[in-house]
Amino acid sequence: MNFLFAYKMAIKSIWGNKTRSALTMLGVIIGVMAVIVAVGFAQGSMQTVTNRIEGMGSNLITCMILSTSESKQLTLKDLESLEQSSQYITKISPYILKQSNVKYETNTKSTRIFGTDENYLEMEGMKLESGRFISALDIEKNDKVAVVGATIKNKLYDDEDPVGKYIKINGTKFLVIGCVESVANGMEGTNDDMVMLPISVAQRTLKITNVTMFLAEARDGDVIDIATQKVKDFLFDIYRDNDQYVVITQEAMLSVMGDISGIMMLILGSIATISLVVGGIGIMNIMLVSVSERTREIGIRKAIGAKRRDIMIQFLIESLLLTGIGGIIGIILGLLAIKYIIGNIGLIQPVYSLPWTIAAFSISLTIGITFGLFPAYKAAKLNPIEALRNE
Amino acid sequence: MIDLKNIYKIYKLGENEVFALNDVSLHIDRHEFVSIIGPSGSGKSTLMNILGCLDVPSKGTYTLDGKLVAGKTDDELAEIRNNMIGFVFQGFNLLPKLSAIENVELPLIYKNVPAAERRKLAKEALEKVGLGERINHKPTELSGGQQQRVAIARALVTNPPIILGDEPTGNLDSKVGKEVMDIFKDLHAQGNTIILITHDSDVAAQAKRIVRIQDGKLYEES
Repeated sequence: MNFLFAYKMAIKSIWGNKTRSALTMLGVIIGVMAVIVAVGFAQGSMQTVTNRIEGMGSNLITCMILSTSESKQLTLKDLESLEQSSQYITKISPYILKQSNVKYETNTKSTRIFGTDENYLEMEGMKLESGRFISALDIEKNDKVAVVGATIKNKLYDDEDPVGKYIKINGTKFLVIGCVESVANGMEGTNDDMVMLPISVAQRTLKITNVTMFLAEARDGDVIDIATQKVKDFLFDIYRDNDQYVVITQEAMLSVMGDISGIMMLILGSIATISLVVGGIGIMNIMLVSVSERTREIGIRKAIGAKRRDIMIQFLIESLLLTGIGGIIGIILGLLAIKYIIGNIGLIQPVYSLPWTIAAFSISLTIGITFGLFPAYKAAKLNPIEALRNE
Repeated sequence: MIDLKNIYKIYKLGENEVFALNDVSLHIDRHEFVSIIGPSGSGKSTLMNILGCLDVPSKGTYTLDGKLVAGKTDDELAEIRNNMIGFVFQGFNLLPKLSAIENVELPLIYKNVPAAERRKLAKEALEKVGLGERINHKPTELSGGQQQRVAIARALVTNPPIILGDEPTGNLDSKVGKEVMDIFKDLHAQGNTIILITHDSDVAAQAKRIVRIQDGKLYEES
């Protein structure tokens, strides 16, 4: 039969049962929306983290000391010798870390205190918003200076420029010399939520003598493996046990992130697809109701010459239209949700994925056909005499 | 044109076999106007279903226009109904969501007639039954007589050799029923073959030939 006419009939039938059609479509709408939002969320959060890692520079080697041994401790001197011992390692930036309370006038906050050197800012890929960073001279002279993150600026200084003001840590006053540009929209617990001190001063203030972490920079990307091995050998010489420390290259971090991202997409994608299938079952349910309601109509059509195929097409087009329209509405709502809801959470920059949108729409159409097939088949094989007898 | 030979239709009701049609033979020529009359339960609906190719006999041969109607698939029967038979039912059986003219177009859609020609043929058929206006109204907006006219137009529109009426005046009052009967007479005068199935002897009497059915057996009257 004529497809155009079948569409006209399907639209008439959908329009004739507005509430029912809308509720049926809702399943598909929510399903498609869930796919788009879930994928946008997963991809967006991964993108944010990946950007951060990549911003750190691809030649970066991050080392963490897990050992709590009193006798075997990594010192600043050790690191100096490492820096000088290899031509493949150009820079090393040690740092120590401790959670502590900071105070300005009546404002207090618990934050992470970093003790580090002049290389840290650049190696982490961060930028200054105002003032200057810690210098080698500050470390040498034990200057009581501090560089603060965006969260501190916001919470302690009410978003005013903190440079030139003081900050109190463990009862000691520090002069704020710089403020770091926000990397995570000033959220709590992120890299915005910290105060950096010269490492020499931090060791004294926080009462830490050893170095717990350091960043090493390889000369270039080609020698990163050699440089990594060099760092590992150096740490093994000190600790004699490779469970006592962790050495991570940026490449390894990215590959781990890639794995996590894949798993996250898979989980979120499957949950969203399940909701699409549930929507599809709703479609089948309504189509079955529609077939039994229209038994007499099917009988009339068959009596005047409709073949099985004609009846099947009619019902299939109806379920296809329901899922198609539902899919389009779902895509629009999904995009709005990404833009206005996830986009406003702040930390994560949501990503709109065209391939997944196409996939979600195709899945919804496939569901329309799959779940419409059984009711349509049921309608097509109705016996015209019995169908005509139906009131 | 229609040739039924020793037709049986047997239904199984538990252990018992019910002979809805019991050795029925009937021959109807082109351009005849035949009434088949019988009380309810006489087997006249079964006979109509078989004549209309909605059902197939349990035994016997049915030749329609020189072709055997046996061993056909559902779709082949649908095609025969579409091309050969125009149905007019007691309850009109129009599709409520379609307008009068769309209802008339429906058999042509299943015949894949192009839209413009469909419109034209449907209009002509509606004019033939005296319904040139109100063709864009829904069935619920039409009177019973008008609805039956639409149904007759739908039966006519493919220009089938046989028009099969199943109690076509059963839901109409006597005045409107007479008008509908006049349409059938007109159609007969224009050369159509008409078979009416009824329990009403007044209706049956208006045909040229009357066949009585009783307990699944046919008796010729004249």
